This record gives sequence, structure tokens and C-alpha cells, in this order.
Amino acid sequence: MSSGLKEAVIELREEDALRVTEEELKGGTDPLILINACREAMDVIGQRFADGQAFIPELIMAGEIMQGVTARLKPYLKADAAGEKLGTVVMCTVQGDIHDIGKDIVVTMLDIAGFEVIDLGVDVPVAKVVETVRDNNAQVLGLSGLLTVAFDSMRATVAAVDEAGLRADVKIMLGGAPVTDAVVDYAGADAWGKDAVAAVELAKQWAGGAS
Amino acid sequence: MTLPDNWSELTPDERLQWRLDAWQNIPVEFASSEVAQAYRDRVQLYRDVLDLKKPATVPVAPWIGLLPFRFYGHTGKQAYYDYEIFKGDWFKFHEETRPDGLGLTLGVVPGKLFDILDYNLYTWPGHGTPEDTCYQYTEQEWMKGDEYAALIQDPGTYWQRTYLPRVFGAMEPFSMLPPWTDLVEIPFTAPFFAGFSAPPVKEMLKKLAEAGDAAMEWLQAAMAADGRCMAELGIPQTAGGATKAPYDTLGDTMRGTRGLMLDKFRQPENVKAAMERLVPQSIDWAVRSNNMTGNPIVFIPIHKGADGFMSDADFKELYWPTFKAVLLGLIEQGLVPWVFVEGSYNERLEVIADEDIPAHRMIWMFDATDMDRAKAVVGKRQCIGGNVPAALFAMGTPEEMDAYVKDLLGKTAQDGGFILSSGIVLDEADPAAYHAFMQAGRKYGK
Repeated sequence: MSSGLKEAVIELREEDALRVTEEELKGGTDPLILINACREAMDVIGQRFADGQAFIPELIMAGEIMQGVTARLKPYLKADAAGEKLGTVVMCTVQGDIHDIGKDIVVTMLDIAGFEVIDLGVDVPVAKVVETVRDNNAQVLGLSGLLTVAFDSMRATVAAVDEAGLRADVKIMLGGAPVTDAVVDYAGADAWGKDAVAAVELAKQWAGGAS
Repeated sequence: MTLPDNWSELTPDERLQWRLDAWQNIPVEFASSEVAQAYRDRVQLYRDVLDLKKPATVPVAPWIGLLPFRFYGHTGKQAYYDYEIFKGDWFKFHEETRPDGLGLTLGVVPGKLFDILDYNLYTWPGHGTPEDTCYQYTEQEWMKGDEYAALIQDPGTYWQRTYLPRVFGAMEPFSMLPPWTDLVEIPFTAPFFAGFSAPPVKEMLKKLAEAGDAAMEWLQAAMAADGRCMAELGIPQTAGGATKAPYDTLGDTMRGTRGLMLDKFRQPENVKAAMERLVPQSIDWAVRSNNMTGNPIVFIPIHKGADGFMSDADFKELYWPTFKAVLLGLIEQGLVPWVFVEGSYNERLEVIADEDIPAHRMIWMFDATDMDRAKAVVGKRQCIGGNVPAALFAMGTPEEMDAYVKDLLGKTAQDGGFILSSGIVLDEADPAAYHAFMQAGRKYGK
């Protein structure tokens, strides 16, 4: 029985969600059922976000509740019990820019959607991005930036991925308030997402799991 | 600037006219009578658009950050640390481009001051970010989630004993000192001052004095930079003071974006009470600075109420009431709020067109908002402006820029009430695109 958890997450009732999780675990419910309940709840919230019925605070609060639930599930989970990952995504805010809020929301949403997400943080040197994409055979690279200085860093990062011979194997998405189609062209990326839901959709299209 | 003796008897409209007159007749020694006239004509442009009249020409007042320094081959670090470069590039840029308002020198911040203060709230070029970037905010919970009661009880003491020691390394010893409000009677004075004998406090006071000198050195440079542009080019300063919306004060540099968003669900009553507590000081801050500078425009950058950052219901209930109280408080004092609306505000236009705010009394500068709707909804009561995208400045061709400005002015400026500007503060632009912006503004703004 996990509908109580799903409803509590959808309605962003944090205390209820955590209490139900603990009760279910004590009652012997399989933690995977609870994880799936949370994912279903996040799908609903993500859809509401896409429809303009939910907003960034709702995404962040839902992510926060998910983290709380996951922390309580951990002792009950076997390694790799969370199931097959959809693919690997490397995320960062590009060199010269330290803004992380948008990037962090995308990381949370990708994680919840079932991707293996490697978050390199902010102000990330080009070489570090290339190395991480190569070492992890990432299918998707997400580059975030809020400042216009980020445009040049995005371009340099894409160029370095290309020079390393990895460009054919990795799709590159951009995100951040000033990003437009023109920035995608300028940087040589593949696409941009206007928000976290769009980013998850792109990753699903490219790395599998597209609905 | 000294206010007239009968200030308290004046109506808000009389106060506004008095302040606008003072701004237009600023006591600056102009290089010539032509320059003096150019200055007065430019201020008249703002008076006209504020009053929703058609100006002689649409005022062109882009937001300027590090752009002048980039134009002349200097880095952000040089701009923040070398005041000869700061002053030189500042003048050269305004002389070359001739906008109708000066960039905000307040945004070209003094690096040396922050080195002394060990400012944790930001990184700046050469100190946490590359030398050729602008300063950037370090997002975290500088105010903890369980500190609302202390803030609401006494903001001044909260700032002194908790917030400042956290955000300025040099001010950490403030946490050791009792609140200033203890100083009420002779027997309590000695115990209060005993704290000042502690070595860390003595060290802090030395640093604060050094910080004072560094700030004064920068202020003199900034005043010289702006003063020269005014005196020789006849370009007025765009703003004379600043303040913030209470929700942004909490969300930007205290609880952080994420912290405040979670508080909205976990402790909504505390958020509301804290914002209400911040209203009077938000008004007072601007009134004091604008009285000092003699310029009636109050620069108010707003952030956390943008589309997507909260629901419409939350904007109406959480963000707008205390921000509106600040705006009304400024207008009551005859000041002109110049709200710099970052991001998109398409969902907020009907709310901010609030009829409780007297018409022709403030300026809304938009970024990514639909300008047709902004004109129709907000522009019928207040002056609007802004909107030319950062990406177009950075990557657009002169032809694209020309077409954009032509279209924008065609739909917003034909009957007045519009200021042409960039949507965001410009740290960089392709020089050709930038010049095309200025030229298009002159060509289509007539």
C-alpha cells in the first residue's frame, strides 16, 4: 500500500509523507514500492509544472520530501535495488559562473526520473567536463549558466568535447535564464531546455525512456 | 540635499515635483551652457515619460555593468581594483556612446574593500571567480531556518550579532558584543563597553576603519567618474538610491532561494511576519540615500517573484503586499521607484498594475516580459521600459538589433511612457551590436 505516500508527496505534506514512509517500512512494505510511489508522485508534479499549475517552490519542496523519504529507505535497500538506470547524465554550471539553483533542480529531477546523474558543481573547468564525460560514457551533458559570460564557456566546453572525439557519443543540452536558440547555435550544442521538466524530456529522448 | 522646512506639509505630488526640480537643476559646474542644457533636456525626457507624455526623443538608458571595461580591453578585476582604469573607461564609454543615463557606478564594486572585510556572501574577480567576470553571489542559507523569531523581534540586533558575523569574516567579533540597545543608563555602560577590550574586537575595529578608508577611496573615484560625465557630457545619473522588495531581501541574501521556498511550506507565518518587519527599513534606506544624492529615482532590482518562481496566488499573497507597501512608502516621500524586473513577469502584470498605486509615479523596467501586454496592462498607468535581450547584445548582428529595437519602439513608445534599455545589466556586448542598439534608439525614438 503506497497510495498514502503518493498523495502526501503530491500534496507536499512533508510530515505526512515521512510518517507514512516509516509506518510502511515498519509494516514490511517493499521499499521499491515506496520509491515507485514517489516517482509517480513526481510525475504528477512534473506534469503540473509543465501545465503551469506548479512552480519552482513546488519542485524544490517535492525534491526535499523525496530526499527525506530516500534517506529513510536506504537502510532497507539492497545495492542496485533501485533498478536499471535510464542513462548517464553529466551536469555542471560552466566555468566562470557559480549559479547553481537551476542546475540543482535539473539534477534532482533527472535523478528522480531514473538517470545516473554526475553533478560536477559550479564554475567547472572544461577539462574536468571532458574527463567526466569520457570516464563515465555519458550519453547526455547538461551545461548551465546564468551569466552571459557562460556563453563562451559553453562554446569552449562543447569544442573541447568535440576535440576529445566524444561529440558523436554525447548529446549536449544547455539551460539557464539567458539561453536561447541562438546560444545553442553559438555554443554548438544540441538543444536547450527552458526548465527542469524540459531537461528531463530531452534526456529521455536522447538516452532512452522517452514516453 | 536639504529638504525644505515645510516638507511634512507637502503632498506626495508636491514632494515629487520638488525632487524632480532639484534633480533637473543639480548644482554641478557644467563645462558649458550647452552641456548644462543637454543635462536639463535629458532629465526632461525622464519627467515626460514618467508623466506618460511623448518625450522629445525616447530616452535610451541601458544597464551597464562591466561593459565599458570590456570595450577597452580591461578585465573585471582591473575595474574593481584600479580606479584610474575605472574612471578612465567609464568616461570614455559614456563619451563614445552618449546614453541618456549613466550606468550605475554602484555596480563597479571596490575589490579592496571586500578583501579587507573578508566578504563571504560573494565571490569577485580574482577572489573566487575568474578575473574577467563580474561579482557573483554565493547562494546558501546565511540566515538559518530557525532564526525568524530573532529577526522579527529586532532586525538591527539580529543583523549585528548573527547575520553580519556570518557574511563578513572581519565582523565575526560582533557576535561577542551585546546589543546596542543595552545602552540606556549610566550603570549599564561600563559592562557594555568591557566587551570592546577583547583583542578580536579591537582587531575588528581596526579593520573596519581600514574598510572605511577603502570605501571612501572608491566613493571618491565613483563620484569623480559620474561627476565628469555629468559636467562634460550632460548625462544624468540614472538612480539616486536603492532598495529591495522584502521577499527578495529574505530570499536573495538571507535564507537563499531554496531556503525561502521551503519556508513557504514549512513556516509561512514567519515568512510573512519577517517581510512585514522589513518594510519600514526598506523605505528608510532609500529615503536616506535619495535625500543625500538629490536624485529621486530609486533603483529596485526584483528577483524572486518572477514567473515560475511562485504561483500567482503566492505572488498575490506573499510577494506583492509588502513590496507594494514599500512602493507606496517611497511614492509618499515623492520618490520614483524604478523597478528592474529580472526574468519574465507575464503572469504578474495584472497584479502590479494595482490601482492603489497612483498613476504616473513609477517606472517598470522589464527583461523577458511580453512588451505588448506590458504596455497594455501596466503602461496605461506607469512608465515602462527595458526588454532588449542580453543574447542579442552578445551575439546579434547590427541588422538584428536594428530590427528588434524598431519593432519594440513601434509597439511600446509611440505615445510616450517608454525608456529603451537592456533587459539585464550588460557585462559584455558585441561592440557592433551595442552601437546598433544606440543608433536604432535614436533613429526610431524620434
